[in-house]
Amino acid sequence: MKVTTRGSFPISYESLRVKQKVRGGVHHQGPNEIGVLGVSGIVKMIKAVMMMNTQGKPRLAKFYDFLVRCLPVEKQQELIRGVFSVLSSRPENVSNFLEIDSLFGPDSRLVYKHYATLYFVLVFDGSENELAMLDLIQVLVETLDKCFSNVCELDIVFNYSKMHTVLDEIVFGGQVLETRSDEIMKAVEEISKLEAASNSISLVPKSVSGWRGGR
Amino acid sequence: MEQLKTIGRELAMGSQGGFGQSKEFLDLVKSIGEARSKAEEDRIVLSEIDILKRKLLEPDIPKRKMKEYIIRLVYIEMLGHDASFGYIHAVKMTHDDNLLLKRTGYLAVTLFLNEDHDLIILIVNTIQKDLRSDNYLVVCAALNAICRLINEETIPAVLPQVVDLLNHQKEAVRKKAIMALHRFHRKSPSSVSHLISNFRKRLCDNDPGVMGATLCPLFDLITEDVSSYKDLVSSFVSILKQVTERRLPKSYDYHQMPAPFIQIKLLKILALLGCGDKSASEIMSMVLGDLFRKCDSSTNIGNAILYECIRCISCIIPSPKLLEAAADAISKFLKSDSHNLKYMGIDGLGRLIKISPDIAEQHQLAVIDCLEDPDDTLKRKTFELLYKMTKSSNVEVIVDRMTDYMISINDNHYKTEIASRCVELAEQFAPSNQWFIQVIMNKVFEHAGDLVNIKVAHNLMRLIAEGFGEDDDDADSKLRLSAVESHLQIMSEPKLPSLFLQVISWVLGEYGTADGKYSASYISGKLCDVADAYSSDETVKGYAVSALMKIYAFEIASGRKVDVLPECQSLIEELLASHSTDLQQRAYELQALLALDARAVESILPLDASCEDIEVDKDLSFLNGYIQQAIESGAQPYISERERSCMLETTDYHSQDHHEVPSHALRFEAYERPKPSSLPTQASTELVPVPEPSYYSEAHQPISTSSVSERESSEIKLRLDGVKQKWGRPSYQSSTSASSTPPQAANGTSSHPDVGVGSSSLKPRSSYESKKPEIDPEKQRLAASLFGGSSTSRSDRKSSSGGHKPAKGTASKPPKENPIPVQPPPDLLDFGEPTATSVTATDPFKELEGLMDSSSQDGGSTDVMGVLYSDAAPVTTTTSVDSLLSELSDSSKGNPGTYQSQTSKGPNSKEALEKDALVRQMGVNPTSQNPTLFKDLLG
Repeated sequence: MKVTTRGSFPISYESLRVKQKVRGGVHHQGPNEIGVLGVSGIVKMIKAVMMMNTQGKPRLAKFYDFLVRCLPVEKQQELIRGVFSVLSSRPENVSNFLEIDSLFGPDSRLVYKHYATLYFVLVFDGSENELAMLDLIQVLVETLDKCFSNVCELDIVFNYSKMHTVLDEIVFGGQVLETRSDEIMKAVEEISKLEAASNSISLVPKSVSGWRGGR
Repeated sequence: MEQLKTIGRELAMGSQGGFGQSKEFLDLVKSIGEARSKAEEDRIVLSEIDILKRKLLEPDIPKRKMKEYIIRLVYIEMLGHDASFGYIHAVKMTHDDNLLLKRTGYLAVTLFLNEDHDLIILIVNTIQKDLRSDNYLVVCAALNAICRLINEETIPAVLPQVVDLLNHQKEAVRKKAIMALHRFHRKSPSSVSHLISNFRKRLCDNDPGVMGATLCPLFDLITEDVSSYKDLVSSFVSILKQVTERRLPKSYDYHQMPAPFIQIKLLKILALLGCGDKSASEIMSMVLGDLFRKCDSSTNIGNAILYECIRCISCIIPSPKLLEAAADAISKFLKSDSHNLKYMGIDGLGRLIKISPDIAEQHQLAVIDCLEDPDDTLKRKTFELLYKMTKSSNVEVIVDRMTDYMISINDNHYKTEIASRCVELAEQFAPSNQWFIQVIMNKVFEHAGDLVNIKVAHNLMRLIAEGFGEDDDDADSKLRLSAVESHLQIMSEPKLPSLFLQVISWVLGEYGTADGKYSASYISGKLCDVADAYSSDETVKGYAVSALMKIYAFEIASGRKVDVLPECQSLIEELLASHSTDLQQRAYELQALLALDARAVESILPLDASCEDIEVDKDLSFLNGYIQQAIESGAQPYISERERSCMLETTDYHSQDHHEVPSHALRFEAYERPKPSSLPTQASTELVPVPEPSYYSEAHQPISTSSVSERESSEIKLRLDGVKQKWGRPSYQSSTSASSTPPQAANGTSSHPDVGVGSSSLKPRSSYESKKPEIDPEKQRLAASLFGGSSTSRSDRKSSSGGHKPAKGTASKPPKENPIPVQPPPDLLDFGEPTATSVTATDPFKELEGLMDSSSQDGGSTDVMGVLYSDAAPVTTTTSVDSLLSELSDSSKGNPGTYQSQTSKGPNSKEALEKDALVRQMGVNPTSQNPTLFKDLLG
């Protein structure tokens, strides 16, 4: 498949931080940033979870880092593209890790995994363990797989809220909350059931069967 | 292609409602998927935004429809387009009773908004309600929202309920409540400081999941304060032991490992607790040893735990046995085929090397392999390792490698990092200066010159100038010669970084002709080439001109006849008319220097004296004669600061003038609270009113948020209080608000209440007295703007010319000065003028200093100015320049050149002063005094 890279985007974390305008046109002032980071000097957390397809189209993006969340959406989009342009230039059979300070600030690491047409990306800082993060992606994918029986890109696109439900069970406020996929499944199913009960129309089918994304 | 086909099939399903999404949404996704360019995608999204904007305006949108719109908004935002027009609908949806809709609302809101968004306040109430819900799923949804939406101010609104939820019967809720509390702790530690014991309590929760969640906040807490959690070491060790012994329910297994994520978190905590603590390290060594034995290194997660063990061991004080186990694990990692494991191995090696430096020896080959690996991540990690293990014995190899790599990459961010590392290593371990200059600096500068810190360049110059630091002149000159040679060689390459050119110019100027190997005309030709080729770079040009000056100075000093090259001559002429005052000045200096005789030149620019200390006559004794003359002709003698501070109000602002004017900077320290009780005189010394208005306008301009400006303005109000109470005059700020920008006006009004308080507190004093101090600052400002602080205000001289009798001065002044307070406040003046005057004022001195030694310019200049100005009280700028220069020329044997440059400066300052006068006349100050003042000034 032809991979289209839309040029490399010369953005850097620093430049993004200089003039950030909070959505809604509210200026964000320095002291608050320090407030978040100032607790112990570093924010120990997962900074972002992203999924994008091999053409660079974002399929799911969730940021946990306050600084990134304060960026206008356009800048967040640039971050996603920046990540993609790095990922797409990685050769086969290399490590799944990247140091990505240039986009997400000092000591930022990135772990990615490539499944079929999708990249799963986790961005975090030095307090996390890269191999464990790789397994966290595995947990996420295994769970999605159970949720949608053989997950593929389209499940993710069309079941946006369910995706987020799953993700929220795993990563909560930037911390790993749950890693047992059975447990996650149970929680998600319970929610779906209740949602279905509260709503006469079932919005989220159990699975999309009949085809698969070629895993 | 396959993907497209599936989309097509999905569409067929979708149109039947297979996904429960509308056809429009599927169409949107499909068309976005097919978009071949960013522009096309943007077009699609923009039209979608139009549609949604329209639809959201329709009345009575069915809820189900609304849910879909909101999902579409989320999708649009994910693609990087602003969907703020729909935020309010998402907020509304969180109020819905239907769980599905509520969750959708929460999802959208958490994605759309951040903690500081204005709409948050509309959600807090809903969250509060939902936290009390009987349905634990609703509670979970609310807790989830809390994590992303609650800010410092709204924490108290939900805190009690979250604390209650710590005891909820559902473990899922307890878990999330802990995480929410953790979040609060991060946002605002003080708000939950009394609840920290809860985390300890929850560590003993029946549910291992809750216990695992508690580790997150505990990790943070322990990072902040290790000592108060030492008692938990054995608890953590026993938990870890139980986990490894598979005492947890089977459901916690992941890839046959028992609760690996909990293990990793525990290991991280143990690393913190065992750091530098022998007894704690001993307690945990047993379980760590077990882990090394038990861990299954065939799975990814097993290796993750192994790696975490290595990390832990590198932090604690390990037993030799553990160290050995860690080293074994590392060598397994390094020998693996997986790049991931190699990466972890290199990382682990980098950690362990700190405690056992010889461990790297056995892995040399593996490390070299990683260095050659095509995987960039691995390569970088390996360079990081090399950086850590650099010694003076291997620095050459490592730095050589690093520079090669640096040259090969395009990523500026990393290039900068690696360049600075090269420099750091080279500075620290360089085996010889020769090597340092030739290999490293030139190479690094040539390829990453614009990325390295300017300090590095200065270090390099200093190194060349100081040489080996020993008295080995021969070696030093060899070093310099080699520097000159290599620089001459490199110079011809196109597009060198600016910083590098500066170094080159400097070196050539100082040492280009030192050995006699190269002729002055050759070097100066090269320098002219540089100035010519990089004509847009003023710094480089400045360096080049200074270098030319040195070359010619050395030539003149050694008695040779100087032939200025034609290209050099044209360069000087070009720069004489340069827009850059700096370049202009350098050119004038050079021109002046060329006309001097050998002795004068030698005293100005002695050969190879860049390291010599320059003696500065701080007392300015050479000005004594001039001062004497001035006093005889009726000027007031200078009163030292100490003497002045003993005096009362009249002289107080002399000292203030003296403080502020040289810097012209804004003052940021807060005003002291007024001491209402005693000594008005003492209080007025502390008040420095001049820069205050400009500070306000500065501080206010960027602020537009309500919350921040509130906080900010409260600060400002505080300060204003002080001023108000002191000044106690409402008219002061009414005039401010009348004439100034809106922010200031708002500020003024916001603090009106305080004025009443202020004036009432001043009641005991006579109204006359309370009025007096407010005149002074205005006068000072006036004085500052008129003279640039060069003298005490003229009016003051008039009024108290009989001498500084304080009591009398205060009494006699106000009637005379009464017209002045009526003038609008001189904010405008404050901004405009000091700069203008300071330009004219600085230049001659810079010149003076430049003549003394061109390489050190700023050092004493402000000092000199300050002293001089406050010294020569009523002297006008131009005359002081004259006198200074005449003094100088006296000391340097009366050279015509100095005068030449001085006269060329003359018109400049005159012009500026005329401009000043114009500003003053147009703007603010139509008093009749001014014309005479300027007559005075302009002679």
